[in-house]
Amino acid sequence: MKKEGEVRISSGCAISGIFCRDGKRISGEAIKKSIAVMHNRSNGLGGGFAAYGIYPQYKDYFALHIFYDSQNAREDTERFLDKRFDIINLSKIPVRQTQNISDAPLIWRYFITPLPHLLQDSQLDENEYTAKATIRINNSIEGAYVVSCGKNMGVFKAVGYPEDVADFYRIEDYEGYSWTAHGRYPTNTPGWWAGSHPFSLLDLTVVHNGEISSYDANRRAVEMYGYSCNLLTDTEVITYILDYLTRKQGLSMKECSEVIAAPFWTTISIKSEEEKNRLSYLRKMFSSFLITGPFSILVGFNGGMMALNDRLKLRSLVAAEKGETVYFSSEEAAIRVIEDNPDRIWAPRGGEAVIVGLNERGKRI
Amino acid sequence: MKVIDIRKEGMDEVRKHENENLTITGCLGERYIGCGMRNGTIHVEGTPGNALGSYLDGGTIFVDGNAQDAAADTMNAGLLAIKGSAGDALAYGMRGGRVYVLGDTGYRTGVHMKAYKDNKSILVIGGRTGSFLGEYLAGGIIIVLGLGDEKKDITGYFCGNGMYAGTIYLRTDKVPLNLSEKLIKRNVEEDEKDRILRPIISDFAAAFSIPAKRCLEGSFIAIEADKSKSYSQLYAAV
Repeated sequence: MKKEGEVRISSGCAISGIFCRDGKRISGEAIKKSIAVMHNRSNGLGGGFAAYGIYPQYKDYFALHIFYDSQNAREDTERFLDKRFDIINLSKIPVRQTQNISDAPLIWRYFITPLPHLLQDSQLDENEYTAKATIRINNSIEGAYVVSCGKNMGVFKAVGYPEDVADFYRIEDYEGYSWTAHGRYPTNTPGWWAGSHPFSLLDLTVVHNGEISSYDANRRAVEMYGYSCNLLTDTEVITYILDYLTRKQGLSMKECSEVIAAPFWTTISIKSEEEKNRLSYLRKMFSSFLITGPFSILVGFNGGMMALNDRLKLRSLVAAEKGETVYFSSEEAAIRVIEDNPDRIWAPRGGEAVIVGLNERGKRI
Repeated sequence: MKVIDIRKEGMDEVRKHENENLTITGCLGERYIGCGMRNGTIHVEGTPGNALGSYLDGGTIFVDGNAQDAAADTMNAGLLAIKGSAGDALAYGMRGGRVYVLGDTGYRTGVHMKAYKDNKSILVIGGRTGSFLGEYLAGGIIIVLGLGDEKKDITGYFCGNGMYAGTIYLRTDKVPLNLSEKLIKRNVEEDEKDRILRPIISDFAAAFSIPAKRCLEGSFIAIEADKSKSYSQLYAAV
């Protein structure tokens, strides 16, 4: 085998996303095709998908996808869940054995709802109750990692190239109105199953191309609010920051983008008075959540998706629209492969969030 | 003319014929097309991948659609003409030759382009550019026409930051957003327009078969480093 330096691996992570504003549910085939075009951007050390609208028959229950290193971890976790939740359904997540994916953990799926009397005693809402429980599993049960825990959505990730990960999870069997995908090239953290993208908490997921230079400052800030970063990848912290800002501080996604990719002071200084005040307030109030370093991210959540670059636009990101469908990707070619004649194709500017949501028709579905 | 379907015949086949007269069809993100090519003409259909025409050393590449990131990286000579738009970091460290883009370009267009003796980098953009246009510019000419976007800002933020030679011409009367105070902005007189801009822009227009007259309409401004400070202030705005 050739050593590092003897062989040139030209890469950088890849991200891709598809969002159907009319709520049309499409199979995972399209997102697999899109991310596969950017094969060379990853190096086989991580791939994954987030899908929304895939569990309509269980849409009122939290869907937990969990990795276990051992049967003991599974038994401990199930005991933990059983005490706090009504488990409506549980099963192994169906996988297809493929040559390119090995060392898989045990992969289980649960549909759960908080036990009513415990939820009431806790004085929390069901989201906070569930989020606290999953953070506790990740933190305290050895060998158990909650991969996703939102309603009517799920994360499918592994070590491997994304198209192989798609085959492994039989991604073509799922139908969702919103999909994100990631091909990984880890630079300074290990490539391992739980450390692949997407990262998620409740229904919020993040796929990320880049590297957060402010990681430790961000981590220390967010851990003060009860989060815990233990998946050894910088992207994890973006997920918790966005959960904190939206769910606990009530910020809109647009405001979140103005916190994590805040404009430079020189840029703020030439805005209108009102805009200047607003942007200055967000920068000052949430200064510890400014994310520096290169990034392009796709944030998935129930009913919507956000694409965002760092303010210097140090990573690539292309957006396109065709009818009611919106596409995002690291490279234009990854959009063209699934939609060769978009109505509009453009590159969002640095720090300029593109946020899409379900239209009236989509919301009814 | 040789026609190659790149999805079927692959990059190896392209490499074999690169210095001839060639049409490549069906591109979907294939990297390094025309990389280091010395002569020949390539006509590209579809969406070519990153580093298109990087280190180009002669010949012509004509792209029907859009190009992705890092096209014409460190290009030395020849012509790269893109009928659609181009991604980020176009013509980074370009040393000579011509790059024409009819549409828009992304961030960091023409960063650290150079000129030396007979080698003069020329970059013309028909649409608008992202921020950091001509950052650390060391020589050559960048022209942004903003066709169809006459009322908008055509360059984004931090235009020409840190440049110390070369000229950025903009077809607008607006000063770029937050332009560094250490750069000189001047209006382009008719004489300079005729002498320098007309020949280049006519060549650009001819490459895409559009009327040169429209591209030359209206006033131009030029942005340059302040020569009086070239030693005390090597990097103009940093």
